[in-house]
Amino acid sequence: MSRINEEQVKYVAHLARLSFTDEEIKTFTTQLDDIIGFAEQLNELDTEGVEPTTHVLDMYNVMRDDVVEPSLPREEALKNAPVQEDGQVKVPQIMEA
Amino acid sequence: MPLFEEGLVRLKEKIHKKEIKASDLVDEAFRRINEVDDQVKAFLTLNEDEARKDARSIDENEAAGDTLIYGMPIGIKDNIVTKGLRTTCASHILENYDPLYDATVIKKIKEQKGIMIGKLNMDEFAMGSSTENSGFAITKNPWDLNRVPGGSSGGAAAAVAAGEVLFSLGSDTGGSIRQPSAFCGVVGMKPTYGRVSRYGLVAFASSLDQVGPITRTVEDNAYLLETISGLDRHDSTSADVGVPRYSDALTGEIKGLRVAVPREYLGEGVDEAVKDKIKEAIRQLETLGAEIDEVSLPHSKYAVPAYYIIASSEASANLARFDGVRYGVRAESDDLIEMYKKSRSEGFGNEVKRRIMLGTFALSSGYYDAYYKKAQQVRTLIKRDFEQVLENHDVIVGPTTPTTAFKIGEKVDDPLTMYANDLLTIPVNLAGVPAISLPCGLADGMPVGLQIIGKPFGEETLYRAAYAYEQASHFHLTPLMKEVDEK
Repeated sequence: MSRINEEQVKYVAHLARLSFTDEEIKTFTTQLDDIIGFAEQLNELDTEGVEPTTHVLDMYNVMRDDVVEPSLPREEALKNAPVQEDGQVKVPQIMEA
Repeated sequence: MPLFEEGLVRLKEKIHKKEIKASDLVDEAFRRINEVDDQVKAFLTLNEDEARKDARSIDENEAAGDTLIYGMPIGIKDNIVTKGLRTTCASHILENYDPLYDATVIKKIKEQKGIMIGKLNMDEFAMGSSTENSGFAITKNPWDLNRVPGGSSGGAAAAVAAGEVLFSLGSDTGGSIRQPSAFCGVVGMKPTYGRVSRYGLVAFASSLDQVGPITRTVEDNAYLLETISGLDRHDSTSADVGVPRYSDALTGEIKGLRVAVPREYLGEGVDEAVKDKIKEAIRQLETLGAEIDEVSLPHSKYAVPAYYIIASSEASANLARFDGVRYGVRAESDDLIEMYKKSRSEGFGNEVKRRIMLGTFALSSGYYDAYYKKAQQVRTLIKRDFEQVLENHDVIVGPTTPTTAFKIGEKVDDPLTMYANDLLTIPVNLAGVPAISLPCGLADGMPVGLQIIGKPFGEETLYRAAYAYEQASHFHLTPLMKEVDEK
């Protein structure tokens, strides 16, 4: 029985902001199904009551004094932006006209 | 003897005695790159003008005094940002990316007067075990040009093995320093999580990533790790733990060292020829006075599936920033969402897309508990395995990889077979402990890596054990790559 179908792969692709051809969807469905099937061997283990590890170190908040420091000059900040206009990053229209 | 085979300590001494200049070392690096890199393809970007300038400034300013890596030529994996020097992560989406700042490790390299030779090839965004997933070139193993150098730090290991640089920096999320070091017959250290700042390392899986040194010898490795380690206010996961003088640990003395050998690391799935070399190495450690003890790390076989869920989930979040807006390649569309989708689909390669998809799926509503949370619980069990064994032992020893370097193209179409190659390195990242890989001989003409795993912040013990073995075995004295030189 397959664990993931083409419709789900298309939905996940949308969430991930990726687009695929029909051919690619087929390949990815098979490959993801294999990988997820492989991951399901984790179910052999009883993890009832086991704390999940999100981080190996004991994490704590690192605070610093709220001191104003110079930020990036606009010119620098925009240096790698592929499309820009009047010192700003430009993107396609976001709001309905 | 080729200059870089003399090692850091001897080379620094020669500079101080004015027998050589820093410029001679930079000349040697570029001479060798010109000679072999069209075959090896370790480098993506060269830093020749700046490197020569840095070397001249060292040569002209003797008052600069002694520093840890004074005048030593270094290569940098291309996922570590370098101000003004293109940083691509071997991805088309970043092919024109010009970083605005230096990673903390780069700042430290510059402070200690290391000379940056260039940026090294890798699997795209460090996702892969062969460097075949690079968007730009396939790096070859200098020992056999038909074989992969390993990955994802394949360029970093190959450049050291081929004598193009004295040493390099790689990054290790599931074995990406140790596995290519094993395949290329060099020494690679994955430090304890938090030992080295990740500021400026382009994030793949933030709870697993560490930067570490790849070198010809254990001694050079100790100097380079000391250079890059320490607390950094730009990385809240960097640890407030003092940095020892790692070179002080190189005593050659390991009498009474308690060595654990997990039976899972010499079991099914590991080549017989690799096992033989590892057993020889363990006998050598015993001869040197170590106490050998067979142990079990019972959850080892679950590390690979747990890792691919955890690492892919973190990657799917980390790589959301590549959207064609602030940096990277942009595909045009009148619609914002379509612009994101087109930019990302054109910019990322297949393995990166596969992992983003897997991670997005594992984190999506309805699947989170079944996959992501389950994998993190298994991570706890794996971490406990290590804690239990390391309570009564100083180090854990086994192979770095189940096989020697495989052929180019052999596994590239089968993600699961490729992932299985990392079964001996991945548990270390999940547990956050340090591990070093060093050469322990050849199987069918290809290098085998011995992996030594230690306690959190126990890098000194790893260097002590590795150095004692290296000095007794002399595999580090293997000459520069014959195959490359004969062509």
